[in-house]
Amino acid sequence: MKKIYPDARTALDGLLFDGMTIAAGGFGLCGIPELLIAAIRDAGTKDLTIASNNAGVDGFGLGVLLATKQVKKMISSYVGENAEFMRQYLSGELELEFNPQGTLAERLRAGGAGIPGFYTKTGVGTVIAEGKDVKVFNGQEYILETGIVTDISIVKAWKADPSGNLVFRKTARNFNPPAATAGKVCIAEVEEIVPLGSLDPDTIHLPGIYVHRLIKGDHEKRIEQRTVRKREV
Amino acid sequence: MSWDRNQMAARAAQELQDGWYVNLGIGIPTLVSNYIPAGIEVTLQSENGMLGMGPFPFEGEEDADLINAGKQTITELPQTAYFDSAQSFAMIRGGKIAMAILGAMEVAENGDLANWMIPGKLVKGMGGAMDLVAGVGRVVVVMDHTSKHGESKVLKACTLPLTGKAVVDRIITNLGVLDVVPGGLRIVECAEGVTEAELRAATEATLVD
Repeated sequence: MKKIYPDARTALDGLLFDGMTIAAGGFGLCGIPELLIAAIRDAGTKDLTIASNNAGVDGFGLGVLLATKQVKKMISSYVGENAEFMRQYLSGELELEFNPQGTLAERLRAGGAGIPGFYTKTGVGTVIAEGKDVKVFNGQEYILETGIVTDISIVKAWKADPSGNLVFRKTARNFNPPAATAGKVCIAEVEEIVPLGSLDPDTIHLPGIYVHRLIKGDHEKRIEQRTVRKREV
Repeated sequence: MSWDRNQMAARAAQELQDGWYVNLGIGIPTLVSNYIPAGIEVTLQSENGMLGMGPFPFEGEEDADLINAGKQTITELPQTAYFDSAQSFAMIRGGKIAMAILGAMEVAENGDLANWMIPGKLVKGMGGAMDLVAGVGRVVVVMDHTSKHGESKVLKACTLPLTGKAVVDRIITNLGVLDVVPGGLRIVECAEGVTEAELRAATEATLVD
């Protein structure tokens, strides 16, 4: 069993097809699988349905797949940073399913954990609840949300070992673990692949059972909002 | 006279209690962290996967892997913990976060909140707001009392798509503080230099004693 691939293109070999579904990790531009996104752009796979908290920005992140019109539908909680997204959505070229952020995270987690649906209070009494089963528990209303299982998932981690065990760094973890579990095949891109045995088994964030293919690459890691404070003299 | 952004944030900071885990929204709520009263320890949650959010980094020390829910670069503290988004919303949905302070476009007298969408105009998404208002112990809204055109944003019923139904506990505006109570809103206090008559005139919602 060999999980390490030389690059993003070969790691996606045989997995891509038009009309497929993809779960993508990342929050804003933080912890996004930028190399795999670029490889999907280069492959030209069309009519994609992508479950991702955000849709990148114009020209980076998932924004590059919007620019090439490879995306049919987004399942996201917030898409405010992308003018091209807005244009395609308002002109009807792009479908959008808004999910509350925690509902999206739990749908991915549930899908990966073999849980087809769960009840949540989030969205009760809003447009999100329209058409969904409502059930009362202890006098409170909850709505039924379904687990998400996708054809593949693409995630970004900090370190991996050759068996696919992943360690994330700071807030770049975000949607990556739940997205990784939701895919039937998960491809992870990392900054470093360390020798087997050099990761402390107690500090592994995502066990390698969820990770099928692995690449190491150089990441741009763009900052979306650079905010700083002045040093006091 | 009325409260400015910083005065509203300072007033909202008075809502904090020692030991609380709190989520602050984008905009004026973010400023609340500048006014945490002395002797009170609160831990700030950022829903992208962090407890114990620190201030902005010094120039040159920004880290692309360390941002808040507003995608701004931030820093960690000695007590910081990181986790994934499912875990983050498990603690929100599970009622572990004592309070959320967030902005609003409209609030209604029954506690309905609208802050995520203007149909046909603004389609950005709800982010984590729907989960927060449904899950946290207490919801405090901080916003301007009226729109740019002078129309009340404190209404009998919201006109915009809701973020949550009957979820708001307290409203802090540039004109004062109101609580959601049975039958409508109750004035808690008026902002400095604002009369009760002015606050009432700017409020469309039913006010009860």
